[in-house]
Amino acid sequence: MQTPFYNNHLGLNAKIVDFHGWEMPLQYTGIVDEHVNVRKNVGLFDVSHMGRFKITGARALEIVQNLVTNDISKVNNCHGLYSPMCYDNGGIIDDLIIYRMTEEDFLIVVNASNRTKDLEWIRDHAQSVKIEDISNETALLALQGPYAEKVLQNLVAADLGKLKQFDVINSEILDVECLIARTGYTGEDGFEIFFNSSKIEIWDWILESGMAYNIKPAGLGARDTLRIEAGLMLYGNDMDETTTPFEVPLKWTVKLEKEFIGKKALMGKEVRRKLTGFEMMERRVARHKNEVLLDKSIIGHVTSGTFSPTLNKSIGFCFVPLEILENQIVNINIGDKLYKAKICSTRFYKRN
Amino acid sequence: MAEEIRFSKEHEWVVIKENLAIIGISDFAQKQLGDIVSIELPKIGSRFEQMQVMAIVDSIKASSDIYCPLSGEIVSVNEDLLEHPEWINQSPYEKGWIVKIKPSNINEFDSLLNREQYENLINTTK
Repeated sequence: MQTPFYNNHLGLNAKIVDFHGWEMPLQYTGIVDEHVNVRKNVGLFDVSHMGRFKITGARALEIVQNLVTNDISKVNNCHGLYSPMCYDNGGIIDDLIIYRMTEEDFLIVVNASNRTKDLEWIRDHAQSVKIEDISNETALLALQGPYAEKVLQNLVAADLGKLKQFDVINSEILDVECLIARTGYTGEDGFEIFFNSSKIEIWDWILESGMAYNIKPAGLGARDTLRIEAGLMLYGNDMDETTTPFEVPLKWTVKLEKEFIGKKALMGKEVRRKLTGFEMMERRVARHKNEVLLDKSIIGHVTSGTFSPTLNKSIGFCFVPLEILENQIVNINIGDKLYKAKICSTRFYKRN
Repeated sequence: MAEEIRFSKEHEWVVIKENLAIIGISDFAQKQLGDIVSIELPKIGSRFEQMQVMAIVDSIKASSDIYCPLSGEIVSVNEDLLEHPEWINQSPYEKGWIVKIKPSNINEFDSLLNREQYENLINTTK
């Protein structure tokens, strides 16, 4: 599958990789270069492979509330909320962003890898509301970095200064209708912009508007290194159907004072492991599934690992038993050799 | 570079200079790997058979073995790469050299690919 911007990526000499069936740009100029540019200036990502569903109707609020662990009733209209969606047994189906346009109109953005599964689950658990998969008819771009607001403000009439984190508004880019949310997956300020998939010229408009700010397109490679530095998890790597929100740092998204699918199981389940950060003390990069050892016994595994261009260190996330504490030294098995790593928080990078 | 350059099928290059083989990875290989962020070098004095793994490079996306294209003993390693692994990307044939070995069987050099054969190989992998 290809997004509407596939030819733009080819024109920019992107290295294309398969990502869950999508032919996506891994990198244009280089992962480190694109990563640094998002932290310092601004980058443009094509994230049109992600799933987008609309849930509308008089009972929409109640239905969405039941599907997700976080409390969307406490959120204002035109605002987004991050939440896991769980099975009855508490296992995570997916993590999503729910944009509440009104009490009767929600937009849900889900992981590309989970589009089909999520849609089926939602349809099976959402009677008497309208559920539309608008993934194919819309495009989604993410503009991320300290100059994102300046770059986008050139193109829109709405005052972006008034758009707070997770706010969302209907606006126009030049004359094209779009939905602009102040959200992202990089740890920087930025926007996610939804519009009709036929309007591919928006890609070039944003790049042109950003020229004065050194904008560069950024691929999935930089998206991954940026999100790991920012302590943001990736479904399929750091969590899956066998993981509960209490094992990963998502306790804050589970609101036990409301009802939702999976609540009963989550309340009764003993938590034995936790997802935590680690920093390699030697110059190797740990990868997904590498074993974590204490002395000689395996105590967990790496879920995500990369090299952090900002910290100039190898970092990652791993599952370990609850009793393992920050600053404790563990070993990570990379290619049948053990390398030392220090346990730390998952938030490696926090912008000023 | 007046010396003849040869390549292994695993994308290492070799140049013989003053009876020592200087070894690195090709420009094609570094482009395929992308940003190289660390390297594990062999110890000086260690011996390798032809096409044994002698070093490991980590790029952001993957770890890759570097093979020793000639049998022999490591006499020198490019320790600057520990601080500057990006030199392998920036200058794969010069600043990014990886090891120098004393070959134990110089005839192996002739078994490696010449420039033309190597270019054919990478054109078929592309």
